Amino acid sequence: MAVLNVNGKAMDHNAAPDTPLLWVLREQLGLTGTKYGCGIAQCGSCTVLIDGAPMRSCHVPVKGVAATAKITTIEGLAANGKLTKIQEAWVASDVPQCGYCQSGMIMAATALLAAKPNPTDADIDAAMTNICRCGTYQQVREAIHAAAKA
Amino acid sequence: MTIQTSLGRRGFLASTTAVAGGFSLGFHVPFLDDGAANAQAGVRELNAWVVIHPDDKVVVRIARSEMGQGTLTGLCQLVAEELECDWNKVTWEYPTPGQNVARNRVWRNFSTGGSRGIRESNQYVREGGAIAREMLIAAAATKLNVPAGELTAANSVITHKGSGKSVRFGEVAAAAAALEPPKEVKLKDPKDWKIAGKPIKRLDTVEKVTGQQIYGMDHTMPGMLVATVRACPVIGGKLKSFDAAKIEKMPGVKKVVAIDGNAVVVVADTYWNAHTALAALPTEWDVGELGKVQQDQIKATLKAGLDAPEAFVGNKAGDAKAAIDGAAKKVTATYSFPYQHHVTMEPMNATARYTADKCEVWCGTQNGEAALAAASEASGLPVAKCEVYKLMLGGGFGRRGRSDYVRQAVLVAKEMPGTPIKLIWSREEDMTHCQYHPITMAKLTAGLDKDGNLVGLHVRISGQSILASLLPQNLVNGMDPATFQGLMQTGVEAAYGYDVPNLLIDHAMRNPHITAGFWRGVNVNQNAVYMECFMDELAEAAGQDPLAYRLKYLKPKWAAVLKAACDKAGYGKPLPAGHFHGISQVMGYGSYVAGVAEVSVADNGQVKIHKITAATNPGHVVNPAQIDRQVAGSFVYGLSAMLYGEITVKDGAIEQTNFDTYNMLRMDEMPKVETVLVPTHDFWGGVGEPTIAVAAPAVLNAIAKARGKRVRDLPLMHHELKKGA
Ligand code: FES
Ligand code: FES
Repeated sequence: MAVLNVNGKAMDHNAAPDTPLLWVLREQLGLTGTKYGCGIAQCGSCTVLIDGAPMRSCHVPVKGVAATAKITTIEGLAANGKLTKIQEAWVASDVPQCGYCQSGMIMAATALLAAKPNPTDADIDAAMTNICRCGTYQQVREAIHAAAKA
Repeated sequence: MTIQTSLGRRGFLASTTAVAGGFSLGFHVPFLDDGAANAQAGVRELNAWVVIHPDDKVVVRIARSEMGQGTLTGLCQLVAEELECDWNKVTWEYPTPGQNVARNRVWRNFSTGGSRGIRESNQYVREGGAIAREMLIAAAATKLNVPAGELTAANSVITHKGSGKSVRFGEVAAAAAALEPPKEVKLKDPKDWKIAGKPIKRLDTVEKVTGQQIYGMDHTMPGMLVATVRACPVIGGKLKSFDAAKIEKMPGVKKVVAIDGNAVVVVADTYWNAHTALAALPTEWDVGELGKVQQDQIKATLKAGLDAPEAFVGNKAGDAKAAIDGAAKKVTATYSFPYQHHVTMEPMNATARYTADKCEVWCGTQNGEAALAAASEASGLPVAKCEVYKLMLGGGFGRRGRSDYVRQAVLVAKEMPGTPIKLIWSREEDMTHCQYHPITMAKLTAGLDKDGNLVGLHVRISGQSILASLLPQNLVNGMDPATFQGLMQTGVEAAYGYDVPNLLIDHAMRNPHITAGFWRGVNVNQNAVYMECFMDELAEAAGQDPLAYRLKYLKPKWAAVLKAACDKAGYGKPLPAGHFHGISQVMGYGSYVAGVAEVSVADNGQVKIHKITAATNPGHVVNPAQIDRQVAGSFVYGLSAMLYGEITVKDGAIEQTNFDTYNMLRMDEMPKVETVLVPTHDFWGGVGEPTIAVAAPAVLNAIAKARGKRVRDLPLMHHELKKGA
């Protein structure tokens, strides 16, 4: 039995130490908002925050995550049903199409805005390397700028 | 209940004979199970499309699948418009494919492809809304004791003008449900629309920004096990042997099974354990001669087809060959477009539970009824004992129109009766076992007179047929009419826009062993590249402007949309230094579309697509904001293929396995997209697909202007565009 600190709660799991954090979140902790897209750190669908830094959880073995490290998943953003300003901006810009990549997009945007509250287009290009096969990039950019102003 | 008017005419179930034989009642359907409770609570189904709760909540039933294209919101808008309900009270639900069969296909077609969601069903879903409204008004007339003709419905309230009396929908829904539906209803004139036609927000957004949306991949059930599959890397090859003993003791492994003679599956407690064990499983394949097929051979076969004497004729006028032979000038060019993969962000998956008298499937699918048929075939149970519960799709793009993954999940579940099995394909399995966008080439030959006028044109396509691969029964005397999408002689679907006096468009069918399939935009994609790039070549040969040259030959609707795009983009006006415009147009999926790309090419060869202006005439516009997003998204899809998309074959197998070997456009390469809508309100066209096809040719035409060098075989990543190269 090992412990992870996810969305402010201590959570137990019994996954093998080499299991990627992604699958521990999804299959052991029932947090399915974090998505599997590639498993090789290419697409960003599995992005979570570990101590505030965006990490591609498909490539983070769970043994490498300390019990004290603060993991935030998409489920941990809204508090008491109140969306974050980034989620609000996403809703206002009607960003998601199929939505499958959007958890990862929002987590990456959350980290970006925490580091750079007023990102330029170039900042957005550099930080938002997630793949969206539906092609929502134009709305993602618009929503990040809107959230920065909110 | 029976609904008259055009809702009374049922279509036929086309998925398979297994389904056609399955018209009987008696199986599990979610909202029917709630029937008794709902009835008690006063929840009433007014007809197949509309359910109204006492608190005025409206549930619109959506037969098509939502996969990002926004069809569910658009269909709800159309129903709500006629129903005259309060948009804020609208929710939605999927009826199940099994229930559609049981109710004599009251919801008609579940299949979601070909940009048909709205254009094909707008009439009957609007009638569903209108019929429900009339029944509510009739019930209100009785309740208020006034003539129905003096009542009007708006915002879920029915009001009597004279007395000012009113009732809410929820108050009369139960009484209305008991009435005979009207035989005829009059639909609103689209110019009076208040909900449809407006840029209303999607109904499925909040779940998708909070991680609450459940996709097939996220489905879970008590006692569920998770499986993962490895099929023969060579499509068409067989499983020779595997050594289950080597992995049976690995953590979490429950079972190792072979299915369909071509795949092996590990069932475990979790995906990760199944995946780890499968990776360690020694497996041998029997690939036979197919294992020797190489990409170069496929290309050579196609190349030979470019000059083959035999070809299917798809479009013909006058005598193209004679006209070209007698022309003052001859222009020839050869283009090619490789295999593409859909790469839905969510890899294929399905959950199945099998018992001796029931087979149930939970999955994302673009074709619920085909998935039901697949469940029946794989389980060996009649359709009446099968059911499919549709979940949200993490992308479709044509991939999830095929039910191969459903079949596999059921076959595995059958090995473990009573246990729900979630079968997940790894990205690698997904990349290598698709039905791929077909590979084709085209040789275009034109004759110009001394003034540069186009007097004769021969377009020879050589390459793979989708129908031959997936639906051979739909070939017409061996010909695949879909090959000519965008180049068809006539029709309201994908007709050729140019009036050329002497024309021949034909297809030498060459079918490699790789399965071909429908891929967002399908054959319009490469046909638009071939035709629209070549039109630029002809304009250049004639020494004329590409827009002016096209307008000499384009029919009015095609010309109008191209002019609209060019006007909006400022075509012909000065651009920043080093920027160039490229244009293209096409008709596809019933809509007319055109694009203007603004591109620069740096001295080091770096291509920058600054902006694409896109015009669409979809006939009627149901949600302009969603069209905007579909256009921008379609460009990402089309440009990804143009820049990077290439699936190749080595030793009979697909070489690309994941995003590291199959790249796609990301944020930093995203052009600004501006959408212009020029609806003519005289037809219903599709939206999700047509514009994909104009992105690549417009960009390629702009690159040719920028570099004076034309790329004719895709993807672009193989070409050196450096200055002087
Ligand atoms: S699933 Fe982790 S980056 Fe793609
Ligand atoms: S919204 Fe579908 S992949 Fe991004």
